[in-house]
Amino acid sequence: MAEKKLMKGNEALAEGAVRAGCRFFAGYPITPQNEIPEYMSWRLPQAGGAFVQSESEVSAINMVYGAAATGVRCMTSSSSPGMSLKQEGMSYCAGADLPVFIGNVMRGGPGLGNIAGAQGDYWQATRGGGHGDYRTFVMAPNSVTEMGNFPHKCYEVAFKYRIPSMVLADGIIGQMMEPIEFTTPEINPKALIEPAWALGVNNGRAKRIVKSYDLREGYLEVMVNERVKRYKEIEANETMYEEKMMDDAEIAIVAYGTSARVSVAAMKLAREKGLKVGLLRPITLWPFPKARLVDLSKRIKKFLVVEMSLGQMVEDVQLSLNGRAEVHLLAKPGAAVMTADEVYKTMDAIVKKGAKEYAAAK
Amino acid sequence: MYQGIKISGFGGQGVISAGYLLAQAGMMEGKEVSFFPAYGAEMRGGTANCSIVVASDEVSTPIVSTPDTAIVFNEPSLAKFEPMVKPGGLLIINSSLINSKATRTDIKVLYIPCNEIAGELGNGKVMNMVALGAFAAATGAISIDAIEKALPKVYKKLKPEVIELNVKALRRGAEIKA
Repeated sequence: MAEKKLMKGNEALAEGAVRAGCRFFAGYPITPQNEIPEYMSWRLPQAGGAFVQSESEVSAINMVYGAAATGVRCMTSSSSPGMSLKQEGMSYCAGADLPVFIGNVMRGGPGLGNIAGAQGDYWQATRGGGHGDYRTFVMAPNSVTEMGNFPHKCYEVAFKYRIPSMVLADGIIGQMMEPIEFTTPEINPKALIEPAWALGVNNGRAKRIVKSYDLREGYLEVMVNERVKRYKEIEANETMYEEKMMDDAEIAIVAYGTSARVSVAAMKLAREKGLKVGLLRPITLWPFPKARLVDLSKRIKKFLVVEMSLGQMVEDVQLSLNGRAEVHLLAKPGAAVMTADEVYKTMDAIVKKGAKEYAAAK
Repeated sequence: MYQGIKISGFGGQGVISAGYLLAQAGMMEGKEVSFFPAYGAEMRGGTANCSIVVASDEVSTPIVSTPDTAIVFNEPSLAKFEPMVKPGGLLIINSSLINSKATRTDIKVLYIPCNEIAGELGNGKVMNMVALGAFAAATGAISIDAIEKALPKVYKKLKPEVIELNVKALRRGAEIKA
């Protein structure tokens, strides 16, 4: 058996990307994700790749636009304020159908905010974030092991459907250390087949163009609609979630990342006290596990969304359920973290007092 | 078995590395572990802290809001973490640098002159090991042997004689009775 290793979440994400075939990284420092570029700065040259500390976040996202256009598995990473700067470039990547991979280790916001962990970039990540209509494949890890193994899936989806992909973590997942086990296979990028659209040396083959526009009358609509077909396939085939103790649950928590970890602790507390609680943890935030929520609502009539934000994912839960069940919210904005006890007490209030009294008590 | 631990002190006192060491030792002993460093605007001389969980089952959250044990190396850390300790829990106070006494009566308190003991052993820097030794002996959450074995994994660049000094400090700490 391989020796278990303690690793920081950020380092695991970087190593996971290299193992998944990443050979180009460009980024600009920002806490709490600095271990990602730090790790890449020595690891990529070792793996025969290239690392660039760019002069800004804007240039970093445009460098990976260029790298991805050649069909290379590439990555950039940042934290919340830096991600805002990358949004224009991300929109261009989406428009040019480029399979870039992005890591966002969220911190407190808005503005400069602070460097503690938060989940305030959910809307930015799942709604596109940049201008125009587009989607990003977004995975939300809740452990160091998932940080290390999710890049593999992100590249797989990104290249299969030609879509930007993202790991959306929070500062706590990025900074914490846990034993890690890499379960995904190591990819040798040289063994991968060059995509049919990738730019490079033209040995007499037909001309290839990567761009985010088509100026011919009516062709933008054609381009976007062709992309929509791929979005629908992703929604049908790539939605991921995890459930805990859902079989006999009377109330279900919906949470991701660190909130989901705290919720598991709350769930254990609640179960000890006889409260039948289950957890639905969306692993992909886009596509969101809508169908599963609808399914659960046939049996469970109370949902509690737990988030380290003003309440963003709660809207996806409401949109999915569309009035089929009560949706409650425990929100912690400003880089605050809920305690397991708070989550337990909120559930207890919802179950015992009923929804109306709970709302009045607030 | 579940043990949530907070270690806090001045940056440079070995707070973060002591936490990392506990997590490494717990993992090597076959336990489930997590380690979470506070990563605010800490700097040498500022106050740093970290959270460690050592458990027999899967660690649900790495955040330790009510520690079973708090190890405090300086005065501000005592004020901050004493109120958080779980009733019946353990508070280890570095009495070399902390003059105040604990005010709670529902927890176990150990006053250990970590800096003096480390100084007697030959190097004040190993004061964090004195506290870890006392912690391991008092709680039984992690064995001294496991911490010893974890030392070279965490302090990769230390010379064998310095590792040996750390081991001495650990063992000396373990002799302190709660």
